Amino acid sequence: MFIKRTIAFAAVAAFSMSAIAWQPSGKVECLAPADPGGGWDFTCRSVGNVMQQLDLVDGSVQTVNMAGAGGGVAYAHTVSKRKNDDKLIVAASTATTTRLAQKQFPGMDASMVKWVGALGADYGIIAVGKNSRYENLNQLMDALKADPRSVKFAGGSARGGWDHLKVLIAAKAAGAENLPSIPYLSYNNGGEAMTQVVGGQVDAFTGDVSEATGFMESGDLRVLAVLSEERLPGKFSDIPTAREQGVDALGPNWRGFYMPKDTPAEAQQYWVDAIDTLYASDEWKAVMKSNGLIPFHPKASEFESFVINQVQEIEDLSREIGLLK
Amino acid sequence: METIGFLMEGFAVALTPYNLMFALFGAFVGTLIGCLPGLGPANGVAILIPLAFTLGLPPETAMILLTSVYAGAMYGGRISSILLNIPGDEPAMMTCLDGYPMAQKGRAADALAISAIASFAGSLIGTIGLIMLAPVLARFALTFGPAEYFALFLLAFATLGGITGKNPMKTVIAATLGIMISTVGIDISTGTQRYTGGVLELYEGIDFILAIVGLFAISELLFFVEARMGRGRSKVNVGKLTLSFKEVVSTIPTQLRGGLLGFIAGVLPGAGASLGSFISYTLEKSVLGKKGRFGEGDIRGVVAPEAGNNGAASGALVPMLTLGVPGSGTTAVLLAMLISLNITPGPLMFTQNADIVWGVIAALLIGNVLLLVLNIPMIGVFVRLLSVPPMYLLPIVTMVAFVGIYSISHSTFDLYFMIVFGVGGFILRKLEIPMVPIILGLLLGPEMEKNLGHALILSDGDWTTLWSSPLAIGLWLVAGLGLVLPTLFGPILRRRMRNAIKEGPVSD
Repeated sequence: MFIKRTIAFAAVAAFSMSAIAWQPSGKVECLAPADPGGGWDFTCRSVGNVMQQLDLVDGSVQTVNMAGAGGGVAYAHTVSKRKNDDKLIVAASTATTTRLAQKQFPGMDASMVKWVGALGADYGIIAVGKNSRYENLNQLMDALKADPRSVKFAGGSARGGWDHLKVLIAAKAAGAENLPSIPYLSYNNGGEAMTQVVGGQVDAFTGDVSEATGFMESGDLRVLAVLSEERLPGKFSDIPTAREQGVDALGPNWRGFYMPKDTPAEAQQYWVDAIDTLYASDEWKAVMKSNGLIPFHPKASEFESFVINQVQEIEDLSREIGLLK
Repeated sequence: METIGFLMEGFAVALTPYNLMFALFGAFVGTLIGCLPGLGPANGVAILIPLAFTLGLPPETAMILLTSVYAGAMYGGRISSILLNIPGDEPAMMTCLDGYPMAQKGRAADALAISAIASFAGSLIGTIGLIMLAPVLARFALTFGPAEYFALFLLAFATLGGITGKNPMKTVIAATLGIMISTVGIDISTGTQRYTGGVLELYEGIDFILAIVGLFAISELLFFVEARMGRGRSKVNVGKLTLSFKEVVSTIPTQLRGGLLGFIAGVLPGAGASLGSFISYTLEKSVLGKKGRFGEGDIRGVVAPEAGNNGAASGALVPMLTLGVPGSGTTAVLLAMLISLNITPGPLMFTQNADIVWGVIAALLIGNVLLLVLNIPMIGVFVRLLSVPPMYLLPIVTMVAFVGIYSISHSTFDLYFMIVFGVGGFILRKLEIPMVPIILGLLLGPEMEKNLGHALILSDGDWTTLWSSPLAIGLWLVAGLGLVLPTLFGPILRRRMRNAIKEGPVSD
């Protein structure tokens, strides 16, 4: 305990030395663009707690919930009313980039904010019921290539949402054609979609690995592939990646932050460093472990371009399936 | 016997001091709401929803609070039926028939006590039925595909008017309004926005908790303002308890029959508690025939409907928990709460949220014991509260509604919206358009649309898939019956119910 404290202290000391130029004074606000209880709310609250534990901020980090339009209300608020606020960070995830790519935030795009960093991810999976005839991803993709209508997918997002896009990303990588005709059934959440797959009503499930843990452990669900670069740690290590099966598809549902555009460069540097320090801490590792988050932390210099790329990729896909004109 | 194991876990959840406290509070408030004429269980639960959000209760506690309110309201309805001859809520109507004459004969205390015992028995039988039937039905629900779900939702809508429903046209209008409101927001099967008019706040659709609190709680306040802050009712004297043990024992068969019949009526969609109490009363009358003195203050005439409506209250939870299709207005409100707590009812809930389901069921059992205890020795408190002028009660309700709704999403937009719903609800109630079908339309409309879409995707656009399985055909048949029977037998039943009431003492 003592050693851990000392290391944390040393890290903080080193960090505060490097960031002596600028530091937020007083209360910091973390905007969660959804109701309490969801993923964004979790991001804000857990990051706020760890930041206070590590003394990364002077005062407290207050989580403010601003639900609406799948993050659009908070995005518009940040872009228009808080554009100079250097003590504001806003929780974001792949859902944010998906909506930005599909122009669901009217008149706004990804370049209107500063992207700070990511703190972990939940990876996409493609799974089937235990009695399915598909034993691996290639069999499933071959069936799709022969007839795009032959495999029906169920997921927890709307049509064109992230769960749907993961199917399209994988199918495209495998070389399937006629993507729009792949049947996708949207449910209110991943659990409902999985029930239909487990019950044998729908062929395959698309979702995130954290959602599927229960049915995976009970043996009702056979996960064909995880859309990550390498195999996931811990209990998920038996799941083959799509890449090792020859399908170059990635689907990280990352969690991270953006901040207002017109803030000074020092402020941005401060928050980027703060996220780096937080990500490296044992406290944050414990949070990730207990909440099923998997390591994902692009370098600060690369995060902005990662976001822009993801938005572009989703935009292209959405155009291809006719969601965007 | 895994059910017993789950139930024990449920007791472990429900018996924590924190949850027990809320169960007690819910039971007390529920009884109070039930006995206030005009405020039924659906309103009661709707009014308490914002409180759950204000206090930031965890899901299982919130559900325990609301189900206790539900059970309490079913108990409370009888109090004003017996003392004032005004049913506290619709299901308590039949209790007036023999309850009020008993009170006139100076046996008010006895009527209140025996009806509390009957409520307890009915509720106990209903809850045992729920425990036995729900897990079985939940497992069975796994075999439901989109086509079967579509037929099931159709069935729910077809039986909406119910046998006791008043004007079928108004019910249809109300349900249509609900479905129309539910189409606002993103359409999940195409990913496009509908009727949002570029307003960002509408992109995620209209939160039905807002609609429910507005339609029930805020419109209630407006009605009250219109009634010009009526003064409380004059105090009623209850008299001494003279109920003998022998008399209680003699009503046991009546309690069993009433509870069981009520439970069955509750499980059936569209029937609900009013029918449960009516059938129990009628059956009791025909079973006992000349041996009873029904309508003149026969004790069994109080026992039968009370056992019936409380049994039905638990029965109505079965389709709500297992299939996500509410069997009554109150369970529709409870369903809305579950969904907004991010819990999807159905087979999955029984495995993934076992603590909540079984916690709630255990809380029903515990709540019943609490209610029995509350309702016999403390009956005087409720009687006295009946004479508290509503001018003290409704401002509190309004305050809680505003704070609670604000604490859900911290948006003032939602508050304005709630007021819009309140005013809308006030106008609709003036036009005698019922509120419950609106809520059902709002809740079930999108589900029905989604399942229709899914069924058609799965069948590559072939409509015959909707009636291709025996289960689906069966559901279509029941839906057809549900639509036809009320128009044939509804008037007859309603006349008989009205006549039964008329035979009794003149109301108010």
